[in-house]
Amino acid sequence: MKSMILHQSGRMLFPWLIVLSIIVLYRGHNLPGGGFIGGLIAATAFLLASLGDSAQEARRLLRCEPTTLMGVGLAIAIFSGVIGVFGGGPFLTGEWLPGFKLPLLGSVHLGTPVLFDVGVYLTVIGFVLHSAFSLSTLSEFGEEED
Amino acid sequence: MNELVIFLPLLVPLCAAVCLLLTAKSIRFQRIGGVVGSILTLIASSYLLWQTDVHGVIVAQAGGWAAPLGITFAADRLGAVMVFISSLMGAAVAIYSLSEIGEDYIRKFFYPLFLFLLFGVNGAFLTGDLFNLYVWFEVMLISSFVLVSMGGKKNELEGGLKYVCLNLLASALFLAGAGILYGKLGTLNMADLSVKIATASEPTWIISGSMLLLVSFGLKAGVFPLFFWLPASYHTPPVAVSAIFAGLLTKVGVYALIRAYTLIFTPLFGEIQGILITISVLTMITGVLGAASHFEMRKILSFHIVSQIGYMTLGLAFMTPLALAAAIFYLIHHIIVKTNLFLVSGIVIRKKGSDDLARIGGLYKSAPWLAALFFIPAFSLGGIPPLSGFWAKLGIIQSGLDIGAYVSVAAALGVGILTLFSMTKIWAEAFWKKQPEHAPEGERESCGDGHIAWMVIPVTFLAICTVVIGLFGEPLFAFSERAAAQLADSSEYISAVLDAPETGGHE
Repeated sequence: MKSMILHQSGRMLFPWLIVLSIIVLYRGHNLPGGGFIGGLIAATAFLLASLGDSAQEARRLLRCEPTTLMGVGLAIAIFSGVIGVFGGGPFLTGEWLPGFKLPLLGSVHLGTPVLFDVGVYLTVIGFVLHSAFSLSTLSEFGEEED
Repeated sequence: MNELVIFLPLLVPLCAAVCLLLTAKSIRFQRIGGVVGSILTLIASSYLLWQTDVHGVIVAQAGGWAAPLGITFAADRLGAVMVFISSLMGAAVAIYSLSEIGEDYIRKFFYPLFLFLLFGVNGAFLTGDLFNLYVWFEVMLISSFVLVSMGGKKNELEGGLKYVCLNLLASALFLAGAGILYGKLGTLNMADLSVKIATASEPTWIISGSMLLLVSFGLKAGVFPLFFWLPASYHTPPVAVSAIFAGLLTKVGVYALIRAYTLIFTPLFGEIQGILITISVLTMITGVLGAASHFEMRKILSFHIVSQIGYMTLGLAFMTPLALAAAIFYLIHHIIVKTNLFLVSGIVIRKKGSDDLARIGGLYKSAPWLAALFFIPAFSLGGIPPLSGFWAKLGIIQSGLDIGAYVSVAAALGVGILTLFSMTKIWAEAFWKKQPEHAPEGERESCGDGHIAWMVIPVTFLAICTVVIGLFGEPLFAFSERAAAQLADSSEYISAVLDAPETGGHE
């Protein structure tokens, strides 16, 4: 049974949760936050959609398979480590772009640790949603065994 | 560039797993990718082994921060040879899985998980930091949790549940032990811990920390009295999965014990030696008695893992250079032989629809080649010369006689005979006796439907390895002695880790 309140509030919260997750992801290098917690926040947005509406709706919003998200996230994280190797250091060495200023954000420092966090962010979203979707559509998986 | 050598055995399986995660659609590509990924891992790890043997301890600090703050990786001879032998098993089992693992498993990401498992195992052998060891254990365990319960059948879930609960308990104890050590010493870098423990003032806390780690590693290694999760879960998943588990997972626990007591807790070893010898002897005896009471091939073999673990920890407990060398030789021999025996049991299941000894028979007549392939690893496990197991046992027993541990030596010899008894039991029941006409009814198990050649090739290859190690074991034993010498004098490892320069550019 669908709950009207959950359905509507989930729809309204969805974009805000995504924005919040990106803010948490971005500030995570030097402040509390980061890819892991950001990924969890983003995943809750989809989970709300899945609970308030249906797993199919949440899948539609995601637009790709959760496992693809995991793969892309891990690939980004590995890539961020390999950049350091090309820079002459060991694997995972931090390489930074020169800082620049943007309105709203102030001085911006982008580097491989941020990229690594983006990888973590995507992996966490993919992992949480893969588990959640497998559970919410259990019959699809359970039937083939019996 | 020297540092990249140590990252390659980790990056190769990780990259391969990610590629396979992204290309889930094609079953064919998954199979090819799994095999190619594990063979590339093998190549990377043989290069690492060669480099470590030539240049001594290789150290890399991921991220470029110097030890003890950085993410330290260190490969000495023991670590490198373990990585090599695990990757070898990975490649053999990947080829074997071509025949056994069906489409339903591949759709549930069998191959990415398999490669993540290799990634975790290799990481555990190469890390130089106690907390990172915990993390690698988790990488390895999470992949194995999924692999063990992937089929979703009732007995798989039952075995999987025991496996998960006990290993989570072990992880919690590990974390508690590591927490105590960190609280008291302010570091978790293994080399740094070794230096600080040598001069520490509050031995009570350090001893309790080390005891928690002993219980945790012991649980993962499957020693007495913490082994019961192992025979409960190893016979339920597909043979390829249980073979790689049997070969590698408990040995990571043994490796962690060796590392802990040759590097970190060396000053405390005197207090623990008696306990370790007792535990080892009890492990050998209970394992082999458990095996004698079972009648199903994979269950018997699972109990023998437990009993053989006892020999390895006994080698560690004697702690003479010869005993350590024998323990390392034993590890290498055992990984090859045990993986191979599980793989053989898979071929038996394929041929007979079961590995329950009461229901099968006549294999010697119908498939004499299979009898030969079973004979080699089985009698090597029992310690018959000139196979590899004989030299491994000889080393352990010789070093026991050197230090006058006659009771343990007697136990080791007795257990050897009982092992042989259980191998002859499998031989007599599965191969020698006629196929029983009124066999008890039971569910017919399947073991894949791919071409059987993919099963026979790795089994034959591993059997040849066993024979070669037996007949020309001298270079390998010399290598084990070099590795043991490196363990006995940990100063090379410690200075290699702590004196490595800081290289990275930091924000």
